[in-house]
Amino acid sequence: MKSIYMDHSATTPVDREVFEAMVPYYTDIYGNSSSVHSQGQKAYRALEESREKVAALLGAKPNEIIFTSGGTEADNQAIITYLAKNPKKGNHIITSAIEHHAVLHTCEFLAQQGFELTVLPVNSYGEVEPDTLRDAIRPNTALVSIMHANNEIGTIEPIKELAAIAHEAGAVFHTDAVQTVGKIPVNVTELGVDLLSASAHKLYGPKGVGCLYVSKGVRIGSFMHGGGHERNLRAGTVNVPGVVGFAQAAEMAMQRLSSREAPLAGLAKRLTDGIFAAIPNTRLTGHPEKRLPGSVSVCFDYVEGESILLMLDNHGIMASSGSACASGSLDPSHVLLAIGLPHEAAHGSLRLTMGKDNTEEDVDYILKVLPPIIKNLRVMSPLGQ
Amino acid sequence: MQYSQKVMDHFMNPRNVGTLENPSGVGEVGNPTCGDIMHIEIVVKDDRIEDIKFRTFGCAAAIATSSMVTEIVKGKTLEEAEKITNRTVAEALDGLPPVKMHCSNLAADALHEAIKSYRQGGAPEASIEKGCCQSEPDSACQQGMEINLPK
Repeated sequence: MKSIYMDHSATTPVDREVFEAMVPYYTDIYGNSSSVHSQGQKAYRALEESREKVAALLGAKPNEIIFTSGGTEADNQAIITYLAKNPKKGNHIITSAIEHHAVLHTCEFLAQQGFELTVLPVNSYGEVEPDTLRDAIRPNTALVSIMHANNEIGTIEPIKELAAIAHEAGAVFHTDAVQTVGKIPVNVTELGVDLLSASAHKLYGPKGVGCLYVSKGVRIGSFMHGGGHERNLRAGTVNVPGVVGFAQAAEMAMQRLSSREAPLAGLAKRLTDGIFAAIPNTRLTGHPEKRLPGSVSVCFDYVEGESILLMLDNHGIMASSGSACASGSLDPSHVLLAIGLPHEAAHGSLRLTMGKDNTEEDVDYILKVLPPIIKNLRVMSPLGQ
Repeated sequence: MQYSQKVMDHFMNPRNVGTLENPSGVGEVGNPTCGDIMHIEIVVKDDRIEDIKFRTFGCAAAIATSSMVTEIVKGKTLEEAEKITNRTVAEALDGLPPVKMHCSNLAADALHEAIKSYRQGGAPEASIEKGCCQSEPDSACQQGMEINLPK
């Protein structure tokens, strides 16, 4: 049976070269990067070289990168410790309704602790409109956190403009760039962000490692306590093999990013056009142009997402959905509701996120398999008849 | 989350899908907001369910339970069919993942609504919004559906 993976926004396979770069750091160069002896020194050198490579991908300086266990930790650390370390900057936080839960739930946690929280609405494309932020910002706004691109609908946010608005009001700007780093150019200086979270496993690196970019002069604190690692900002023995893998993936992304973007966008267009040509009562979710390359997200009326996923999986196609059932919760995705979809439409969501190894042949196979699946499920459905 | 083989069989190859020309009774539960709607039609002859068809909007569990309930009760007397519970259906499918127990396990309720509509004179209009999964699992949703399954 065919096996077509189209869930790259969830995670990506580790690139063979990335894996090979990591292996020696498990078996031969196993030292603790904090140790004084030569094993430790070798690990330390690998760690610092990796920091340079990851910094280069983001257009940052090496000493502005803190390695973490992933994007979620980076988001938590950025938001919680900035507020803890800068109490005089104010007690108001602004975020958006379509953030990943790593940001949204972190902000909600802080609201329970007494911070004031504004959750900005988005337009029907899932964009945070700059004027919405301008109207919400206050003298006591300490931090604004808006994601670079949305994981479910692929919309890319106007970060440069949003960050400028935050800065005018004296607030710092954090962006969760987990979905964009390695997929589109991400340069911290051009974006004008103070804090940025990234994760290795979205760019063909290993799981369990990510980083937080902290602009020079922005004061954050340690989130994990218990050691002086990462310049006292992230305690715990550094995951050197993971970091080496992250760096290798970052280096490869930097070399290949420009050549990958256009073909992925082409595949996404072929898939989207094909779906709309073959399946009536379909809605595109997210922005039609300002979206992640390779990301296709749609909603099919009258059918439910988990059913679509299982039927596709039966044909060897792996995708995801924001339906309640697919997420194991009772409500469909907060992102789909935030862009204004009614519950019943959000239940029929399908997300196909392509990666470097997907081909036109994969797209055409999906276009052959998907329309009859939707048709059969609609025949079975009491809605829309 | 993993479905049993029986659930997957009934989901991939659902039995008795469709509608009936002259149903004696019609039942519908769920609502689109929840993401599950089950619609069951029956033909009753000599107090027996002679034919039964379903249409369901929902996840694999919702489709499989609908299919299973139609298979269980086809040919049974109304009295026998009324004894079928959502739990009977889940057990016949070798169980359902816990998260699916209340939202997607309404097929017996839909059947009972169909029988009720037959007893009330077979009004095909009988469409009852029952069951909701908007709120917390333990709230009105679960209680309203009377399927507190002991575990």
